[in-house]
Amino acid sequence: MTVRHALLALLSEGPKYGLQLRQEFEARTGEVWPLNVGQVYTTLQRLERDGLIESDDAEDGPQRGFRITPEGEEELSEWLRTPPDLSSPPRDELVIKVLVALRVPGVDVHDLIQVHRRYLVQLMQQWTHLKQDAGEGDLGFALVVDAELFRIDSVVRWLDAAEGRLKRASTDIPGPASTNGSPGPLPRRGRRVGVRR
Amino acid sequence: MTALELRGVSKVYGEGPTEVHALREVNLSVDAGDLVAVMGPSGSGKSTLLTIAGSLEDPTAGEVLVGGLALSGLSRNDRARLRRRSIGYVFQDFNLLAGLTAVENVALPLELDGIAAKKAQASGLAALEQLGLSDQGSRFPDQLSGGERQRVAIARAVVGDRRLLLADEPSGALDSVNGEAVMRLMRAACRRGVAGVVVTHDAQLASWADRVVFLRDGRVVDQTSPPLGPESLLQPTPSQ
Repeated sequence: MTVRHALLALLSEGPKYGLQLRQEFEARTGEVWPLNVGQVYTTLQRLERDGLIESDDAEDGPQRGFRITPEGEEELSEWLRTPPDLSSPPRDELVIKVLVALRVPGVDVHDLIQVHRRYLVQLMQQWTHLKQDAGEGDLGFALVVDAELFRIDSVVRWLDAAEGRLKRASTDIPGPASTNGSPGPLPRRGRRVGVRR
Repeated sequence: MTALELRGVSKVYGEGPTEVHALREVNLSVDAGDLVAVMGPSGSGKSTLLTIAGSLEDPTAGEVLVGGLALSGLSRNDRARLRRRSIGYVFQDFNLLAGLTAVENVALPLELDGIAAKKAQASGLAALEQLGLSDQGSRFPDQLSGGERQRVAIARAVVGDRRLLLADEPSGALDSVNGEAVMRLMRAACRRGVAGVVVTHDAQLASWADRVVFLRDGRVVDQTSPPLGPESLLQPTPSQ
């Protein structure tokens, strides 16, 4: 989420003052992203310097109005259509913990998975309660909360899938099972842990 | 008040080499006004737990109490009456009768309980109205959308004076927006004092509950703590 493009988006509706931009930014993002006034004015100055917005002649301060330029509209349109870079996965701490747990003696991976699952579901309960309290009227807020819920849900699903895979692996392969804490082989590229090919 | 209590409930299907332990010494207590989600993967015993809680099936061992009454102490007829009067079910595939209109579907449990057709229909319409379906009462299930059919199913589950609402994957194949609407309705029923139990594999659905109980291989292995206040999520973080 860039403040720069959010401000351009708000100005694409028509000329606005700085304070008004801040209020509208917070309202549209369900007030999940607070913004300080200084940040708004610094960003507006940069946008003006880059020729993406223009200000009226009033002096610096709350009475100064801003409007988007054709270049700004072009920049906004291009930004909206540019997919964010999700191509290289981040180093996921939870994935690493589960992989490491397979190697640590005395650690029950299923228990470990449940600890994380419980935490994540509790987090989802908190978000859902917020959404519930807000009712169905606040569209911006509902969209933000949905995004959080889907993101956390995807992690819970991965834990479910991981647990299913570990369970299948431990019943498929006789001998040293790697799911109950006894050290198993580390995963290597091109080879799945404990899964019969 | 405890609306539903499972004490050491076990369920075994088959015997000998084909024996399957669907539930193992499950304890669960749900108060009036509470919504509890039971979350687990396929085969964890969720649906068995629900059918036993709803007196549709008997446990192999243990005791089920509905509104403080032990089901094992009730006659067959008393149990059937309890099911009709106090327990509402919402199923994944709605289970509406195709030959009956929406309001007839909703009023059916009351009519089966001996309430005069006119009065039952009036209660049915009131339940439909609560769910925003007052105009759809005379329609047949195949004339309704998936979301509307599920709302009719919920109306049928809460019609009259039901104290316990049991739901098996109640958002079924609905999209997430309609699924959310279903959970809002379940919550609204609980606010009116009904005790709700939802079994699901879906964390988003489960997150509507006051408490989430995790079921694995027929055992309750864990549950969530009472949720923290929502303010803990909204610590100001500077935007980029």
